[in-house]
Amino acid sequence: MTAALPAELTLDPSAHAARQNEVVAALRAVLPAHALLWHREDTIPYECDGLTAYRQQPLAVVLPETEAQVAAVLRECHRLNVPVVARGAGTGLSGGALPLRLGVTMSLAKFNEIVAIDPLARTARVQCGVRNLAISEAAAPHGLYYAPDPSSQIACTIGGNVAENSGGVHCLKYGLTLHNVLRVRGFMVDGSAVEFGSEALDCAGLDLMTVLVGSEGMLAVTIEVTVKLVPKPQLARCIMASFDDIRKAGDAVAHVIAAGIIPAGLEMMDKPMTAAVEDFVHAGYDLDALAILLCESDGTPEEVAEEISRMEAVLGSSGATRIEVSDNEAQRLKFWSGRKNAFPATGRMSPDYMCMDSTIPRKRLADILLAIQQMEVKYGLRCANVFHAGDGNLHPLIMFDANDPDQLHRCEQFGADILETSVAMGGTISGEHGVGIEKLSAMCVQFAPAEREQMLALKRAFDPKELLNPGKVIPSLVRCAEYGKMHVRRGLLPFADIPRF
Amino acid sequence: MTPNDPALQLLIDRVQSARAAGAQLCIRGGGTKDFYGEAPQGDVLDTRLLEGISSYEPTELVVTARCGTALTELEALLAAQGQCLPFEPPHFGYAPEQARLGARARGATVGGMVAAGLSGPSRAAVGSVRDHVLGATLLNGRAEVLSFGGQVMKNVAGYDVSRLLAGSLGTLGVILEVSLKVMPIAPATVTLRLEMDQASAITRLNEWGGLPLPLNASAWWAGNLIVRLRGALAAVQAARARLGGDLVEPEFAGPFWDGLRNHDDEFFVAARAAIAGGARLWRLSVPSTAPPLALPGELMLEWGGAQRWLCSAMPADAVRDAAAKVGGHATLFAATDKSPGAFAPLRSPLDRIHRELKKSFDPSALFNPGRLYPDL
Repeated sequence: MTAALPAELTLDPSAHAARQNEVVAALRAVLPAHALLWHREDTIPYECDGLTAYRQQPLAVVLPETEAQVAAVLRECHRLNVPVVARGAGTGLSGGALPLRLGVTMSLAKFNEIVAIDPLARTARVQCGVRNLAISEAAAPHGLYYAPDPSSQIACTIGGNVAENSGGVHCLKYGLTLHNVLRVRGFMVDGSAVEFGSEALDCAGLDLMTVLVGSEGMLAVTIEVTVKLVPKPQLARCIMASFDDIRKAGDAVAHVIAAGIIPAGLEMMDKPMTAAVEDFVHAGYDLDALAILLCESDGTPEEVAEEISRMEAVLGSSGATRIEVSDNEAQRLKFWSGRKNAFPATGRMSPDYMCMDSTIPRKRLADILLAIQQMEVKYGLRCANVFHAGDGNLHPLIMFDANDPDQLHRCEQFGADILETSVAMGGTISGEHGVGIEKLSAMCVQFAPAEREQMLALKRAFDPKELLNPGKVIPSLVRCAEYGKMHVRRGLLPFADIPRF
Repeated sequence: MTPNDPALQLLIDRVQSARAAGAQLCIRGGGTKDFYGEAPQGDVLDTRLLEGISSYEPTELVVTARCGTALTELEALLAAQGQCLPFEPPHFGYAPEQARLGARARGATVGGMVAAGLSGPSRAAVGSVRDHVLGATLLNGRAEVLSFGGQVMKNVAGYDVSRLLAGSLGTLGVILEVSLKVMPIAPATVTLRLEMDQASAITRLNEWGGLPLPLNASAWWAGNLIVRLRGALAAVQAARARLGGDLVEPEFAGPFWDGLRNHDDEFFVAARAAIAGGARLWRLSVPSTAPPLALPGELMLEWGGAQRWLCSAMPADAVRDAAAKVGGHATLFAATDKSPGAFAPLRSPLDRIHRELKKSFDPSALFNPGRLYPDL
């Protein structure tokens, strides 16, 4: 299935070809021949990102090798009013790097050098195309690592992590990308050089890093990033706890936090997911459990011993039916193997699946799982659930067959229902995968027109002609009107029913 | 709170009428940071009208409070549940005897804490106020009430405008309500004192930063390095044995760190006296590994070397150049004459982005004119 960005302009074929010739001619003047692709067969690898349901051919794909070339491409595109979509490894799951029909896609894959590791300052300065895991590997000899660890960390790049404000399984304790980035150097839409942040802990003026990180490539093009490195914990141990009731498992999560414990990782899998992963990795998961919690502690051996015993006590008193604690690193990794393989395991059970990503307050964990069970009946599709339970971020995997248009349609409705239910429960439509184009409609539910207009105005402060990845993240008024769902009010106004302190 | 909340309506009315009259507003809570940044201008808009905790759920690690809520009230509420704001925001000018005078007189407010964006001694270890903002509701210059972010730990829906408000000094609008991530109070704290010179202290702090130690705060002043270990009991005990030095008894350590946080310890008291005599108090934010800077004056280091307080009569350019040369910046924190500018000048294109952002949030330039930069 292929689909374009809904709001995108089209030209008739001859005008399209003329525009392509004009843009290619301008780019040819600033790039070596091998760094410019425009024949259809050459640009196909760039027609989508990790959200493969949406594909588009851009006017051209550029693969600049120097910063001067990046600046020159941006200048030329700005002069010709051509939109530019920057892209890293293309692992994004929300279509943020989907090409634009009348745009240029800029692959930054060539910028893949680790520029400097400073073990004393505990920083790494890396180019945008360096893979997330490669930073930790390079820092390992110094006993340091880069904390945010999205599941795609083998492949995803730091430039993409900055664009998406990527998380991972250790966010509650170690923070998101924003909390671990000190400085970003790159280019504005017109090709002028820019630097956000510094290698100090703050900088003068407004903290623009807060909006740059997570802006999905709409404010500036990131070329070089300085990240914080943190000491590698000496030891990590994991508890695997079974529950015979989803609500008890959800409450156990709240009890752990209430006991003043911040686990290094706190993950949950429901029964269908446990069955799927056990079939895939044979890790000895409890197949009778309605929910399994993985609860990890890291730190010094003394710290971990103290914390694990407190965690065990809380999980036990919360009604866990089985508790296992990893005795060694091999066993810990075995506990995690199922969780880490949730996506491929689901892929074996169904021709296609759609991975959703919303966040809810932790206390609504059981409520949303029970709501999703009802939706399975309503839409006639199966769904398995993995949760970053520690931070309320859920990843329901809706299984469907894309060859059946009706199943795809029901899957999209199922997904929209999960997002809207999450917002209604006080959560958000995206915890870590971004809005891209996938969740444009859901943005209408989460944000009022004036809020979306303020975000667009913020974009124009960086990019007055709206040429950097336009059409992503913030839906147009027309689109929201067509979607026709009511915006759910948040903030000051809806708390009339909440007890006062 | 309902849409008809009279306090909220009053703030909206004030903004609307200021807009109609072409007036300018000085957003103000407890006024404890009036000295900070450029001089306040405009008619005072008192945010303390809109006060109170909107919601607090300890198991969610989230508290939502209205702008005028006293910081002391918020911290007392959290402490009762064994939780805290781990970044230790300052309560400047807070005197315990004022607590008896009621909420309106009780110093710093939640809105002011976020707008000022200042964090205390633990900042290098736990993050800053902006790192703990999860969501905010803003009254912009068009008198629109806008909510960004939320009450959950992870949220990447749209631009993160709520965190942009941290440190914005009210230039983008009135922060009406904020949701903050809170943390459990750590079970154990120990403070140690070691004698060493500045260069050794900088090296040592950075080396320790690379080890899995529960280092939570540090300060170097006049040949003494003071460090605070905070975390699980076992980890604190092990680290104490490893670092050596003299134990500082809790009855001295507590007031010492509070004094640094609130700027009423010996160093800052002396700085205030020097300011009256024409000196300036600078806050230098530099990479933690930057060597000792050759600037004459009284000096104190915090944040593992990344924050350096300098009380000096040196020309502003010399201080700013020294900070810039090592990759940092210098804020003219307190002085009788701030003509060199409170904050380091912005380079292009950041200056243009600032002006455009200001216009996008506050097109009629109502809020806190000139407070961050004279032309903003």
